[in-house]
Amino acid sequence: MSAIVNTGRRRFLAVSLTATGALLVGVRLAFADQGSDLPPELLGDDLTDVGPFVRIERDNRIVIGARGCEIGQGVMTSLPMLIAEELDVDWAQVRVVQLPYGYIETDKGPSNKYGEQFAGGSTSIPDGWKELREAGATARWLLLQAAAQEWNLPADQLHTESGQVIAADGRRLTYGALARTAATIALPDKPPALKKPEQFRIIGKPTKVVDARDIVTGRTLYGIDEYSANALVAVIARCPYLDGSVGTFDDSETRRVAGVVDVIALPGPKPDEPFSGPLAAGVAVLAENTWAALQGREKLKIQWKQGDWPKESSNALTGAANSLLDHSAEGLSVRKDGDFVKARKQAHQFIEARYEMPFLAHATMEPPGALIEIKQDSARLVASMQNPDGASEIISQLTGLARKDIEIHMTRAGGGFGRRLANDFVAEAVLIAKAAGKPVKLMWTREDDLAHDFYRPFGVHALAATLDRKKRLTGWSHRCAATPRGYRETGTRKRAANNATLEADDFPAGLIANLDKTFYGVESRMPRGAWRAPIHTFHAFAVQSFIDEIAIATKQDAVKLRLELLGEPRQIPYSGHGGPVFDTGRLANVLHLCADKIGWGDKRNDGHGIGIACHFTFGGYAAHAFEVSVEGRELRIHRAVCVADVGRVINPLGVEAQMMGGTIDGISTALHLAITVKDGQVQQKNFPDYPLLRMAQAPRSVEVQIVESTLEPSGAGEIGIPSAAPALANAIYAATTVRVRKLPLMPQLLRML
Amino acid sequence: MANPLDHSAEPVKRASARPSEALAITINGKPYFHDGDPAMPLLWFLRDTLRLTGTKFGCGVAACGACTVLVDGKATRACVTPMSVAANHKITTIEGLETVALHPVQQAWIEEDVPQCGYCQAGQIMAAVDLLQRKPKPGDDDIATIGNLCRCGTYPRIRRAILRAADLIQGQKK
Repeated sequence: MSAIVNTGRRRFLAVSLTATGALLVGVRLAFADQGSDLPPELLGDDLTDVGPFVRIERDNRIVIGARGCEIGQGVMTSLPMLIAEELDVDWAQVRVVQLPYGYIETDKGPSNKYGEQFAGGSTSIPDGWKELREAGATARWLLLQAAAQEWNLPADQLHTESGQVIAADGRRLTYGALARTAATIALPDKPPALKKPEQFRIIGKPTKVVDARDIVTGRTLYGIDEYSANALVAVIARCPYLDGSVGTFDDSETRRVAGVVDVIALPGPKPDEPFSGPLAAGVAVLAENTWAALQGREKLKIQWKQGDWPKESSNALTGAANSLLDHSAEGLSVRKDGDFVKARKQAHQFIEARYEMPFLAHATMEPPGALIEIKQDSARLVASMQNPDGASEIISQLTGLARKDIEIHMTRAGGGFGRRLANDFVAEAVLIAKAAGKPVKLMWTREDDLAHDFYRPFGVHALAATLDRKKRLTGWSHRCAATPRGYRETGTRKRAANNATLEADDFPAGLIANLDKTFYGVESRMPRGAWRAPIHTFHAFAVQSFIDEIAIATKQDAVKLRLELLGEPRQIPYSGHGGPVFDTGRLANVLHLCADKIGWGDKRNDGHGIGIACHFTFGGYAAHAFEVSVEGRELRIHRAVCVADVGRVINPLGVEAQMMGGTIDGISTALHLAITVKDGQVQQKNFPDYPLLRMAQAPRSVEVQIVESTLEPSGAGEIGIPSAAPALANAIYAATTVRVRKLPLMPQLLRML
Repeated sequence: MANPLDHSAEPVKRASARPSEALAITINGKPYFHDGDPAMPLLWFLRDTLRLTGTKFGCGVAACGACTVLVDGKATRACVTPMSVAANHKITTIEGLETVALHPVQQAWIEEDVPQCGYCQAGQIMAAVDLLQRKPKPGDDDIATIGNLCRCGTYPRIRRAILRAADLIQGQKK
């Protein structure tokens, strides 16, 4: 049975009733399918197939669907909180289920019945803030109407609380008892009024990870834990040379390994063509289990062809970047205010420095992988992902199947950090499954993962500043020579060359009269992509280190110098993601709070150094401060402070976790991590040479302070990282007077001490 | 560097080689046999054969700890422990930790809201269980001997959870 409702709002919300009498409320976006509602055949009891946002069982069990890709950023908890708030149920009553990918076709083209499911750019909360609360509010409105019918009372004399509708005389009915009637009621003409913030009972309350019990008991199934369809396990020996290929190979010993079923050669990307499939050519080994596949792979004898780029090396890239900065007059002007050249001529003081950023791998704890089953007229994918839309497109392209016939299940993912925005691993699984004619579970090892990634770009920042006699900044030049992120991308989207490396409007743009930002592309065959807070981790280290250097060179207080630059609290235009404005007051506030918390300016005689930095990222504001000492060859981080303003906070525990984790990710990456290339091959093999921070090296705690705010919420997954690295470098300088301008910090520091 | 005993106090004794026979192993209190490659790491037996998928693969070289299980109570990297070595020992995986109730370490992990992506946490929990058996009142430095990697940066909450678990265990003994 499915109860269909009126016309005006039908495009926005769909309500249905299952055979068991459960009320289902799903969201349709305005651009989504018109006219038709959730097809009745989908309204079975199997939630993994149905995927409504709200499901109210007759026994008053409330099930809420989590639409996002959970990669550790907490959306499986925070997004359902938005719905539960407006539904007016107790969080303890709620069971959360992961929704599958909700592709639908409409007369306006492809759409998604759940709205945005992508995980990237800290967008899940801003995207869901309005529409998910409206979904909850509409379900509540229907239940109120149902109770009004039942009691023959006007709905406005009723209220709700903890999953019940309550009349003025104290009569109560549970949502479960009202579900059947509610599903027959026409949707409101316009979305019901949302709660006032002072009525919030769930939003803003510290809420623990909703599926933590499954995680700590090992019951949570990640992509790697999928074993359906009797899939064969596949591992691939990929060409270690950038844009190389498979010459000849001998698989006779491989085929003798017990459990090995098949060996399949895979073509790689064509040089200079978009990365629309696998990242590298290779030879896939299919086996009955992972160990047999790995053993079989080890016994392959492959002659690789090096391709036409066998000499690429990190040393050469550093040389090329510096050479461009030394000699090139022609670059891409990213922003130009006033006249920097003139400012330089008139300057009382001129300061310059260069900062080098390495390639980075994502190194998600769960390596990439995918399980795919391809049938005559359908396909089914189960994987840890961030971009199910992209996966659907790739599968359709490679199989010829219509996207509506491709079923995609996102599992909880063992980390994302941008790695799973690409779906190269899905493409590999599809190609192998097609060739083998069997379902395939593709496994990546850590060695595969470090050697074949869409790396955070490499580059060198050349910064220069001019000051007048009063030590005021009059000019700022930021020239960046880097491997552009936009490299061999698929589709029609053309990113500017400076994307993810040099942001036009980042601090201090708009705050200094004469400003030049110029980008120079460094040629490289290393695949590049988005790495957590892409441009901001790349950008903030240079800018926030340089500000510190200016303060020291001119004997100014580094906090005061930043605050003076930020000036009066005001909004200035910001064209990048997270705009359209940048609020100088909010950045000044987090910097202020952070300085207070770490004890900035306190006299010290313990040899500890304090460093600070701040940054605006994707609509949020953060500042970091560290207290460090260097004893012998060991760096000790005594205190770590992070202050963040993400607007209204949905889940304080979740935001705190993101700031704590972002800070530690920032420290880990800044201290030790780099991907280097030599002779056209990535040099790092596994964690021993890509050493993520361990507990012993991490600060014992991260003192996180979240600014209370009633402003629109921004995401929180990425702002906790960019200012960490420069604050750490600044603290190391304060402790040692050694200025490290090349990441990772530790190897440099040990050379320079 | 591929040391299966990276995290345990004493080495696991090698089982007598019986290549023609199936290897016997006890996992979460139940007996199992393995008649495949004796060199196959315990990790893949747990995951591919038994579908005990709570034990995770992260590096294959005993560097990350995502595959940590208890072998006769000692935290051990399952990814580099061949079945021939694991045979005749008692293995506890994350799935076997909960008995009538959650293990205090699991309970503490929930109460301190430790997991982010959660992938490494089974290994972290097994390492913490081993630590608390050896050091019922661990200091900061004791806790820092846990070398399991967490890419999300949950270390501060792991520290708090271990201290909380220590309290919970003390409370149970009273």
